[in-house]
Amino acid sequence: MSKEELERQAMKSLLAIASAWYDQMKAGEIPSIALPTRTKYNIEYDEGSEVWKYGDKESLRTAATAKSATHLLKMAYVIGFVKQQLIENRSSTLREMYYISEGWKRAKFGAQDESNFLVEDLEILSGVPREGFHLRPEEDGASIYGPMRIKEMTRRGLKTIHCQDDVGGAGYSIPNNVENIEFVDHDAKFVIALETGGMYDRLIENGFDEEFKAILVHLKGQPARSTRRMLNKINATWGLPILVFTDGDPWSYRIYASVAYGAIKSAHMSELLATPRAQFLGLQPSDIRDYNLPSDKLSEKDVEALKAELTDPRFATEYWKKQIKLQLEMNLKSEQQAFAARGLDFVTKKYLPARLSEMGII
Amino acid sequence: MVLADELAKKQRSISVAEFFEKNKHLLGFDSPTRGVITTIKEAVDNALDACEEAQVLPDIYISIKRTGTDIFRIIVEDNGPGIVPKQVPYVFGKLLYGSRFHQIRQTRGQQGIGISAAVLYAQLTTGLPTVVISRTGAKEPAHRFEIQIKIENNEPDIVSQEKFEWDRTHGTRVQIEFKSTMSAKKKLVEYLKYTSVVNPHARFRVEMDDEAFTFERVSQEVITCPVAIQPHPHGIEFGQLKRMAEASDQKLADFLVEGFSRVGKKTAQEMAEKAGLKATVKVRTLSADQLKALLAAMQEVAVPAPPTSQCLSPIGEELIRRGLDKEFQMDFVSARTRPSSVFSGHPFMVEAAIGYGGKLPAEGNATILRFANRVPLMYQQGACAITECITNVNWKSYNIAQAGLPQGPVLILVHVASTNVPFTSESKDAIASIPEIEKEIVLALQDLGRELKTFLSRRDRSKLAEDRARAVCAIIPEIAIKVSEIVDKPLVDTSPIEGKLMRKLIAKKWTKDGKVTIEVANYAGYEGEISVYDISHDNAADAKPKADFITEVEGQFTKVWKVRAEPQKVWKVAYSGRGGGIIEVRGIEDAKKMVVDLDV
Repeated sequence: MSKEELERQAMKSLLAIASAWYDQMKAGEIPSIALPTRTKYNIEYDEGSEVWKYGDKESLRTAATAKSATHLLKMAYVIGFVKQQLIENRSSTLREMYYISEGWKRAKFGAQDESNFLVEDLEILSGVPREGFHLRPEEDGASIYGPMRIKEMTRRGLKTIHCQDDVGGAGYSIPNNVENIEFVDHDAKFVIALETGGMYDRLIENGFDEEFKAILVHLKGQPARSTRRMLNKINATWGLPILVFTDGDPWSYRIYASVAYGAIKSAHMSELLATPRAQFLGLQPSDIRDYNLPSDKLSEKDVEALKAELTDPRFATEYWKKQIKLQLEMNLKSEQQAFAARGLDFVTKKYLPARLSEMGII
Repeated sequence: MVLADELAKKQRSISVAEFFEKNKHLLGFDSPTRGVITTIKEAVDNALDACEEAQVLPDIYISIKRTGTDIFRIIVEDNGPGIVPKQVPYVFGKLLYGSRFHQIRQTRGQQGIGISAAVLYAQLTTGLPTVVISRTGAKEPAHRFEIQIKIENNEPDIVSQEKFEWDRTHGTRVQIEFKSTMSAKKKLVEYLKYTSVVNPHARFRVEMDDEAFTFERVSQEVITCPVAIQPHPHGIEFGQLKRMAEASDQKLADFLVEGFSRVGKKTAQEMAEKAGLKATVKVRTLSADQLKALLAAMQEVAVPAPPTSQCLSPIGEELIRRGLDKEFQMDFVSARTRPSSVFSGHPFMVEAAIGYGGKLPAEGNATILRFANRVPLMYQQGACAITECITNVNWKSYNIAQAGLPQGPVLILVHVASTNVPFTSESKDAIASIPEIEKEIVLALQDLGRELKTFLSRRDRSKLAEDRARAVCAIIPEIAIKVSEIVDKPLVDTSPIEGKLMRKLIAKKWTKDGKVTIEVANYAGYEGEISVYDISHDNAADAKPKADFITEVEGQFTKVWKVRAEPQKVWKVAYSGRGGGIIEVRGIEDAKKMVVDLDV
């Protein structure tokens, strides 16, 4: 979708929401709006796009209580604000909008979370990503390092960047809007997305990217939308396998899930953000056992999270059931950097080559 | 000389007075601050007990005055029956002297240590004797004593005694002076307040430094004085049995029937048989071993619980509620008196009450009032079985927050009445964990918890209705303004939504640009006269229409408009002002009206 088209679509669908409310009130009805229920019980696998999307469970928000009415009022203010932005061709960050809401009296946001959630609601209702509303994400894009060349439209003109030769030791910073990037060429066999900066640096220092022709992506914990969009685009453009390497605990499995299947929070954008073919590399519970890694006992919260994952449709595969049950049995978790206990080269010389050939990548 | 002889020279009997001088903490005199409370507590306990015995409504005067840098003079005066002059020195000048120790009924003081301990404490800290004035009736003269305790032998030392002109016809006044501080003033006021809650038939006049206040009585009923009962076979110990046997010249069967409560001829026979004794044997002749066998037999044989109706004096649900209402202004109060029960042969009864909301602190631990035989327990809350029971109740299931203790604007009162309250120590601050008592406390609290839950959910329902009214009357109009602006169409009128949704008479008040508007829209189908009350700092001099009458109290103007309400009609008034205050509609039943202050 072109920029203009996206904006037209945004304006049209937001005005449609406001018009619907206007008509409801004119007919003497309480204004209301239906939204997909945004919980894990309402995400479904879409065969066509191979990603998890919101199902058809909807919750109706009716302005019949002070809380719901206030929510609708806030939505009305955001729609009014976005309309103004589109007309004046200006843009702002979510945080800026949060501060602008200071002047909205009763419709003022209580916290940043609230405004983020509301913008996501509008994305769902309109089918337009927030960029179409001229709202920029605040998120901290991650970095990328490896044998690939891209072109980015910057404020100083179009730049061609090779992600090993033209960048510093920390790699190329993924911009907020990945749509502005053109993928030129590459000499890579696969992509490894890493949870921690320590492991990302370890692989660069050990020359893993050169030796195995690998593109390394630092996820910085739970990946930002731009990072997930970047992985989605690399996979779609070049067909490179995406492998996710995280710590061995329930929270890290959720990082993998959000890369591969999308997050519950952004299931409406799954087609753009998720990379369904992304594979989980490790750290697998069975690695803790097989490599006898230094480990910690699971906390109560870890156990709770693992049990929740057993009922999460995104983890409903034989592989995950086996691994999660094994972990609950062992009652242990390990960090990916625990491999250092076997020497700093162990992960790049032994573990990764072994695991990659087991997965059929090399 | 052998060592034992040497030691024997040092071995001698210790007088009770001497023992307590060294163990002040046992009696609640471990610190100067506590001394004041303990003294007043003991004196007030005695006064209330005495008035109860005499069947008079207690009028108690309490005064605390500083007489030196750290010397305080405490006076407690009552209108009780007085004490005969012969007994005065013993009551105040001898530890462990009392009339109630050997009686089995509910009283406040029990051991007879209390007030004489204060006399001893005064003597130890200031060296001043205690002054007692007492008069037993209009025809008798009053007597004034100055008393101390002879520490070596625990005997009263009468410093002076004289006849005295006293304006009271009967009563007792005790004046004690000792070293102390007033740092526990808050606790003292609390003690008096709590005492007044569970003694709604008493009036307390208090003078403290320069302050004077009164806790009024709310009940004119004199408490029926509990009647003493015989000991119950299950509640007796060996020593007591031995003493009773030695003093008796009865045959075993008669001894058991007459000396104990709830023992009939058949039961006595059974006990004698179980103990392997003849029912006709004289109890005085029984050996220690035989008495032991008898005691064991008495425990084994099933005996009905002791009678409780006469020896216990519960406060009663109604009076607890009145007492609490008087001292704490709350939104909800309920009280429960449990049926009496028995532990180890001692009758007891649990009463409890829960209060909610009003002026109670909105956050933090609940306010807990513990009482034993109508006496507030002020210290060692953590060590008390009552606290433990409160903690063990799952308050969350009654919609009350809980962090160990229940949290928020909650008040919990528990009163344990018994012929023998099991305290954890002699200072009588905490009740010991007795399963039978704990069970009754928990049952009472759970019962009250359910009642509180009903109250809370009813309140929440009316809150919900209010919430809805607020949404409809305040927020939907704002949505209408914003949405109309976005779609570039004329402002949509939301009053039909109000009418449809509310089907009530809706009064709204709002303030904008220095103008106050009150609007009454009648969607209730109601026809008749209503009054709109508007109380605020605005005088509404330029109101249109003019108020039917205006009164002013300390800058607060009460404006009243009489309005003829007709179905589907809207009435409106506007005046210049700052708004705020209270708006109220009268003349129409609550279910048919809704008042919304849009400025809140």
